[in-house]
Amino acid sequence: MAAIESQTDLLTCIIKRVAAPGHNATGYPLTAFDGNIQMNSALEHPTYNYKVVRQFAIMTVVWGIVGMLIGVILAAQLVWPQLNLDLPWTSFGRLRPLHTNAVIFAFGGSALFATSYYVVQRTCQVRLFSDKLAAFTFWGWQAVILSAVVSLPLGYTTTKEYAELEWPINILIAAVWVTYALVFLMTIKKRKTSHIYVANWFFAAFILTVAVLHIVNNAAIPVTAMYSTSVYAGSIDAMVQWWYGHNAVGFFLTAGFLGMMYYFVPKQAERPVYSYRLSIVHFWALIMIYMWAGPHHLHYTALPNWAQSLGMVMSIILLAPSWGGMINGMMTLSGAWHKLRTDPTLRFLVVALSFYGMSTFEGPMMAIKTVNALSHYTDWTIGHVHSGALGWVAMITIGSMYHLIPRLFGQVQMHSVNLIAVHFWLATIGTVLYIASMWVNGILQGLMWRAINPDGTLMYTFIESVEASGPGYFVRLIGGLFWVTGMLIMAYNVYMTVKRSESIRQQPAPQAA
Amino acid sequence: MDTGTFRGLITFVLLVAFIGITWWAYSKRRKPDFDEAANLPFADDKDEEEIRKQHAAQEEQTNSRHDGGDKNV
Repeated sequence: MAAIESQTDLLTCIIKRVAAPGHNATGYPLTAFDGNIQMNSALEHPTYNYKVVRQFAIMTVVWGIVGMLIGVILAAQLVWPQLNLDLPWTSFGRLRPLHTNAVIFAFGGSALFATSYYVVQRTCQVRLFSDKLAAFTFWGWQAVILSAVVSLPLGYTTTKEYAELEWPINILIAAVWVTYALVFLMTIKKRKTSHIYVANWFFAAFILTVAVLHIVNNAAIPVTAMYSTSVYAGSIDAMVQWWYGHNAVGFFLTAGFLGMMYYFVPKQAERPVYSYRLSIVHFWALIMIYMWAGPHHLHYTALPNWAQSLGMVMSIILLAPSWGGMINGMMTLSGAWHKLRTDPTLRFLVVALSFYGMSTFEGPMMAIKTVNALSHYTDWTIGHVHSGALGWVAMITIGSMYHLIPRLFGQVQMHSVNLIAVHFWLATIGTVLYIASMWVNGILQGLMWRAINPDGTLMYTFIESVEASGPGYFVRLIGGLFWVTGMLIMAYNVYMTVKRSESIRQQPAPQAA
Repeated sequence: MDTGTFRGLITFVLLVAFIGITWWAYSKRRKPDFDEAANLPFADDKDEEEIRKQHAAQEEQTNSRHDGGDKNV
């Protein structure tokens, strides 16, 4: 407990430094810079708005730890159910949406804001359209997250997966998101370069699509201050929900992070992307096909059969653009593979691409109806989600942050490169433990549920399959602990990097000889 | 025109559009433009160089303070 508290202190300290009032935009006391204008300008970029990027980057680490810690608590509850403490607020059903919202929208969202604001400024060579609106997106987004942290454990939920937040919060999300779109697109509009770099195409598609998805899926009639009913009914409601749900995966967790990939992989490998042409075809193919894959979440339900089959076919076709993008990222390293030996940040980015390739192969396979008959409603799905969420989304984010954070704080590299390597191995082993145990559990559950006796009765009761899943749940918990440990190491490394940047700044400026 | 025909036509138009994009992206004339675009992430490497230089200067100063200005110690 003490360790957690001191960790919180570290983080509060960083946050204060990033956003304390009465300080200049860098978060450092103004007096420290007197007579040191040259150094000051190194941190506060003459052209770009790095303040909002710094804020989102630090919160990425903070929310990463919070979200994954809740995940570990949930994993432990599945091993030892008593850990729900017999309280409604700490029960699995209420904490689970808190975990998914925290890792997807708080951790992933902050990372997307940070990197998109950084990349759009640097590749358009122009400052963000409006500092004030950008600040609104930061504080607005943090307000959304805090209201989720309060309302979800209290039991307020729309019951729509990944869209659990109630209508007043949804309105705030819509306001923040439209502002985000405005800041991002207007920044592209006033760019000084003739081209719009491919990463910005992916970021723009992610921002626009998520705006549409969020507004359409959350269309609801408010009944009380914290209760509403969806305007859709029956299987149409289900289809709208999974059109939203799958495109949240496709545009929030894929297109957005591909934007990250197209900037940070070339940057860290110090060579341009393997094929710019392929990146354009990759973009349009992904955008056109992802939209139609949602019905694979509703196989063997009340959804019309033709819609299920269409969803399956489109999901299989989706393999092509996914792998096109993965190959484009991987091949960027051709001739620079030796860098992996010495650069753990690049290792994060490349292993993220490997997991992306793996889970985008697994996904279409699981969308085939006969495979889905075995895998649906089992832990295999959870394993698949986490090979994407931990292996792809979190790893590409962490690699990008290790590139980004030193640059935002006027440093050449992180405080400790060795600790990045330690984090890399913790994250990789953690992911492998997680997905391997969920594969075993998923197939075990699927086979037990469909096993029948010669007389046609079920061979196993449901609780027998839960008991059989015990060892897998324990291994998953260990995998999660590896991840949280890695994130705490990252927080320490980030803290030391920020602190070093301050101590260097407090020394007198080098005198010209 | 019934809905089915309309949907079929939309699918056909999208297919043609996609083939068109691919043809456009892979045409030889686009090559120089794309090469330029692909290098955009490296366009402002020079301010990273600045930071690197400042750090080098800082380090040298710190070192010279530790060894009292004598590089041979």
